[in-house]
Amino acid sequence: MSTRLARGGRRIDRSKRVEFTFNGKRLTGYQGDTLASALLANDQMLVGRSFKYHRPRGVVASGPEEPNALVALGDGARMEPNQRVTTTELFDGLSARSQNHWPSLEFDIGGLNNHVARFLPAGFYYKTFIHPRPFWKHVFEPVIRQSAGLGPAPKDRDPDVYEQVYAFADLVVIGGGVAGLHAARVAGAAGLRVLVLEQTAHWGGRSPVDGGTIDGQPVQDWIDATLQALDGMENVTLRTRCMAAGIYDHGYMIGYERLTDHAPAPGMPRHRLWKIRAAQVLSATGAIERGLSFPGNDLPGVMLAGALRDYVVEYGVSAGDRTVVVTNNDDGYRTALALKEAGLVVPAVLDARPEATGALPEAARAQGIRVETGRAIVKVMGGKRVTGVGVGLQAGEGSILEEIACDAVAMSGGWSPVVHFWSHTGGKLVWDEAQALFRPDPARAPVGADGLPNQAVGGAANGALTLGAVMADSHDAISEVLRRLGKTVSDPAPAGDAPAEAPLHPVWVMPQGAGHKLKSKMWLDYQNDVKVSDVQLAAREGYESVEHTKRYTTLGMATDQGKLSNINGLAVLSDALGAPIPQVGTTTFRPPFTPISMGAIAGEARGDIFQPLRRTPMHAWHEAHGAYFEPVGHWRRPYCYPQGGESHAQAVHREVTATRTSLGLLDASTLGKIVVKGPDAGRFLDMLYTNMMSTLPVGRCRYGLMCSENGFLMDDGVVARIDEDTWLCHTTTGGADRIHAHMEDWLQCEWWDWKVYTANLTEHYAQVAIVGPNARKLIEKLGGMDVSKEALGFMDWADGTLAGIPARVFRISFSGELSYEVAVPASRGLEFWEACHAAGAEFGATAYGTEALHVMRAEKGFIMIGDETDGTVIPQDLGLGWAISKKKADYLGKRAQERVHMTDPTRWQLVGLETLDPNERLPDGAYARASGTNANGQGNTQGRVTSSYMSPTLGRAIAMGLVLNGPSRMGEVLEFPTVDGRVLSARIVDPVFYDKAGEKQNV
Amino acid sequence: MKRYSAFAIAREAARWHMGWERAWRSPTPKAKYDVIVIGAGGHGLATAYYLGKNHGIRNVAVIEKGWLGGGNTGRNTTIIRSNYLQDPSAAIYEKARSLYETLSQDLNYNVMFSPRGVLMLAQTHHEVRGYLRTAHANKLQGVATEYIGPEKVKELCPIINLDGPRYPVLGALWQPRGGTARHDAVAWGYARACSDMGMDILQQTEVTAIRQAGGKVTGVETTKGAIACDKLAIVVAGHSGVLAEMAGFRLPIESVALQALVSEPIKPCMDVVVMANTVHGYMSQSDKGEMVIGGGADGYNNYTQRGSFHHVEETVRALVETFPMISRLKMLRWWGGIVDMTGDRSPILSKTPLGNCFINCGWGTGGFKAIPGSGWGMAELVARGEPGPLTAEFGLDRFREGRFIDESVAAGVAH
Repeated sequence: MSTRLARGGRRIDRSKRVEFTFNGKRLTGYQGDTLASALLANDQMLVGRSFKYHRPRGVVASGPEEPNALVALGDGARMEPNQRVTTTELFDGLSARSQNHWPSLEFDIGGLNNHVARFLPAGFYYKTFIHPRPFWKHVFEPVIRQSAGLGPAPKDRDPDVYEQVYAFADLVVIGGGVAGLHAARVAGAAGLRVLVLEQTAHWGGRSPVDGGTIDGQPVQDWIDATLQALDGMENVTLRTRCMAAGIYDHGYMIGYERLTDHAPAPGMPRHRLWKIRAAQVLSATGAIERGLSFPGNDLPGVMLAGALRDYVVEYGVSAGDRTVVVTNNDDGYRTALALKEAGLVVPAVLDARPEATGALPEAARAQGIRVETGRAIVKVMGGKRVTGVGVGLQAGEGSILEEIACDAVAMSGGWSPVVHFWSHTGGKLVWDEAQALFRPDPARAPVGADGLPNQAVGGAANGALTLGAVMADSHDAISEVLRRLGKTVSDPAPAGDAPAEAPLHPVWVMPQGAGHKLKSKMWLDYQNDVKVSDVQLAAREGYESVEHTKRYTTLGMATDQGKLSNINGLAVLSDALGAPIPQVGTTTFRPPFTPISMGAIAGEARGDIFQPLRRTPMHAWHEAHGAYFEPVGHWRRPYCYPQGGESHAQAVHREVTATRTSLGLLDASTLGKIVVKGPDAGRFLDMLYTNMMSTLPVGRCRYGLMCSENGFLMDDGVVARIDEDTWLCHTTTGGADRIHAHMEDWLQCEWWDWKVYTANLTEHYAQVAIVGPNARKLIEKLGGMDVSKEALGFMDWADGTLAGIPARVFRISFSGELSYEVAVPASRGLEFWEACHAAGAEFGATAYGTEALHVMRAEKGFIMIGDETDGTVIPQDLGLGWAISKKKADYLGKRAQERVHMTDPTRWQLVGLETLDPNERLPDGAYARASGTNANGQGNTQGRVTSSYMSPTLGRAIAMGLVLNGPSRMGEVLEFPTVDGRVLSARIVDPVFYDKAGEKQNV
Repeated sequence: MKRYSAFAIAREAARWHMGWERAWRSPTPKAKYDVIVIGAGGHGLATAYYLGKNHGIRNVAVIEKGWLGGGNTGRNTTIIRSNYLQDPSAAIYEKARSLYETLSQDLNYNVMFSPRGVLMLAQTHHEVRGYLRTAHANKLQGVATEYIGPEKVKELCPIINLDGPRYPVLGALWQPRGGTARHDAVAWGYARACSDMGMDILQQTEVTAIRQAGGKVTGVETTKGAIACDKLAIVVAGHSGVLAEMAGFRLPIESVALQALVSEPIKPCMDVVVMANTVHGYMSQSDKGEMVIGGGADGYNNYTQRGSFHHVEETVRALVETFPMISRLKMLRWWGGIVDMTGDRSPILSKTPLGNCFINCGWGTGGFKAIPGSGWGMAELVARGEPGPLTAEFGLDRFREGRFIDESVAAGVAH
């Protein structure tokens, strides 16, 4: 059984007991435990079920590479699925549940899959469930989905908060082991701005467990001294529980700090996402131990040798009383020695190598541990827990020479450097034949914006696996980084000392001569249930690329992303293909290093502050007056102001009628207002607009159209000439930012030598449209400016003061009524708006929203960008040829508009549409049917509805639309099928339904 | 070809699966083929497949620089839908969708087409009008879609947040027979069927030059030697411009990175595909249980198959807002692919200035869903030398003539 030892455990504080639950069972651990060590201390070896066969799964590792021991952590809205117990720090009240089983962890019906595993090899689902056809959707897929899927789905809104920070550094050191700490100290001493990210809560990595000395000091003493030195450096920032998650181009990287996972504090940020820009990055990320592929290697109790050692030394926890060690390298003996020292029984070390004569094997022998070389585990006994192993020859086929009773197996297949970060931005790897590992190829490093290397790797991450090599390599790496940054290294390389290790002997299959039956019991990917036989099957069937094999077998696609399985898997593939490992290559390393929460990625931008919310100065007034808002870009605009139980339609009707008959007020502040200024501004605007803007007299306004390079209408608005060098361009609400960017795009990329300056002043002004027959009376009542027909004619503008407020009055109309748009400083917008209402009370001044605006513009036949246009419409289609200058040599879109399809006389063009039944509104977006079908069998069309409203003014339904040759077909009746199966008939009419002569607006 | 079935699995299980044959052969190139298809992605393989199946042209090679299906076919978010606005788009995507319905049976390879339904959320009044228009268009086009209200949206997708403080869900365009398929399986299934017809799939073979004489293509030079052909189809999303340059013409295409993401797997919680274009994100749940997520493309051109983090952030932010329960899920992996973007965001299936050389590219961010239809139409184009109805509108000349097929009104976001 696994249990807490009477002594030992560097990380735990035995004076502080911590209570937690697992599947509802109350258990205790100590402060400093991980959930993994605490579960093992309570003899909870079985913690989950595998993905495909629902096989029993126990803790196998002690770090982020853990594929098995995943739990649902927490309850209710704070439940988090798939949490690795090995990286979960224990806290009081922690509640964990095992996953992927029914009805219970111990008795899982899904385990039946295990008994038919032979019929479910890699890719079996590609070969079956093909007939009968409907069964995939309705029978097979639901069953497969339910049995897959691991953790439970969260149900509620996450109550926790997350935050993001930005950081800048000359050097980011990833990993706070001895290699990383040394590099940080050297860089810190050289005056660099250094940020060190360590994913665990502790500094020093695994060296203290593995032992040895640095510069004559025990490793932990050296770590303490180095940390003390680093703490004294203001230019060095140290973060624990902060994992580097990914590296991007040009030194951009992200970090993932778990702030309160170890000590939940509701209200405090749970995770913090770091966005870091680093000149150089040094990966001191260490290495991850590989398992060995022997039959039954997935049984709970079979663990990585390094992990077993960690649990004993760090947490005083033994995974078993009797542990058989199986290894192909010297490092595995460290575990045997550590277990022995803790008073546990190591019945044997099974070394697959023909001989083991290094210092560590000798030490083991000296301790009386039985060492057998050339041996393999050929069978693991037990159901939900190891009860013994069968020992055979590594060179053999699997016959059992001896059975050894044990309750744990420590396996070591060698170590794989963590090369993820090097690979994220394209650094290449080399295969180190002697050590059987991939390590970074310094000749093909990731490069920065200058094309020079911007990453380095030091220590075990670089394939330097013994303490002496780690320290020397770390020193070399930081020296190279400093050289790149123009600094020199003064410190000497620290001398690490630990027992020498003999070379490992690559063992990819154990025993070597295993047949198909045994190979179908050798697990590579424990979570996804991928076995040696599956990889071999993939190779046999032609899925030869490592990417094909991965995707066909799902090898390495589990939540550990192959940290444990990838190298073993690709070695098996390489063997099956008869191709050398480097030729087979690795799959691509992608961010994040380990999974990170979506909450952290989303950061603070949730709920009300999901996106910036833009409010006009009058927003509070709108709210107070019952406005129903609609989002327009980031703005909120009143759609209408329902009063006393009105429906939206009734409100719109009232607002239109009031405006047409007396006085309406519209908050038009959201309209884009871009100032274009400079000696070349006129020339620039002539290119930007289809109209001639350079000739616009000061004091006048002109309605302008902007087209894309492809000739399509992209925005419209009124342009006012402010002075000789200055124009004010109004854009649509949604278009302001886009059009400003469009202007800058052309100015910066194409016409960079033109003297033009632009500024988006949208928010500087509040703008009120004063509309209706009594508009002039209201302004006269406000007082301060002469807005008579003579003083301020249609399309004039003037500066002045209204109601004591500085104002710019534009005499323009988007409704067909007498209308003024008045811009005032934003800070006085509400004051002006309220003044208008106060003074307008006698005229029944009525605030109207965007829908009334739309109705009135449609009654008047004015087009709306986004309704009448959709990226395929040119101004000529909309009867706006008058706004296209014939005098200009060029404007954006001109050449495009000369293309043959654009000048085709049979385009769809703007018309008005009146339903034969005046009470029947044409549906938005309805198409006009034409006879027959096209070559693809689709019903032919001859036009479509672009805008459709009930017109309060005309007392009938009106619509605008684009119709094939529309303007020459006045009076024709078209048929519009609706989605609910009806057909509406509508007559083509002039698009100007209201006051075609313009008598209302020109008074 | 030995057929796949439950019986075949039982038979093979008895002998430890030692009897399975290769899904596709690994041949040495012949000196000459009737047709060479460059690019063994979904579109290239489907082109070859329908050349053989519909037109009897089986002396075909499909040449692939890397491994088959390793480009965007194996990198996308596997969404299949045909609720497009413009007639030519709706025609080719609906053809593709209808072929997907029976593709597993057709190929004897389970591509796991799952018509679980696609929801495209309307979150502004403008979007509502846009989808109403699409619904009207789809009805005339014979594409089964429906505009539905928020209650129905919630019923179809209970984890959705209808009342987001910023963009409440006002309705959705619902295509019940849209869905997903297993992307790799589509490439593998076509490859197996092509190989079975005697076609050669030449992986790890890079085309280095295109040979021509008298204004017509005569073959290609590759890293495995020169190979002659009568006709050439270039089907290499992501590197179309590079191949076009070899053939001596230019394309109106920009290449940008598009990213996709998956979460850790969880038990089934989402039975439909949801696309939220106002906030820029879309999500579905794979059969493995991962939430499969996509968003917008990078704003700058490049050929590296990775993207920038801020798109990951924007996409996740949008989806956390739309599906608040995912906040505590962890993101497992994200990756990038290079997509061809045309000016009108519609594909090019066309003759080229080089005689007997045809090109299929420009699928932008949504090519996976089109694979069978694209292959069907492309095969017809290559076999006859002239476009058929499916591809007639997708010629290169449309850019010169201004006959754009602009879908931006229907889908303002990458898909």
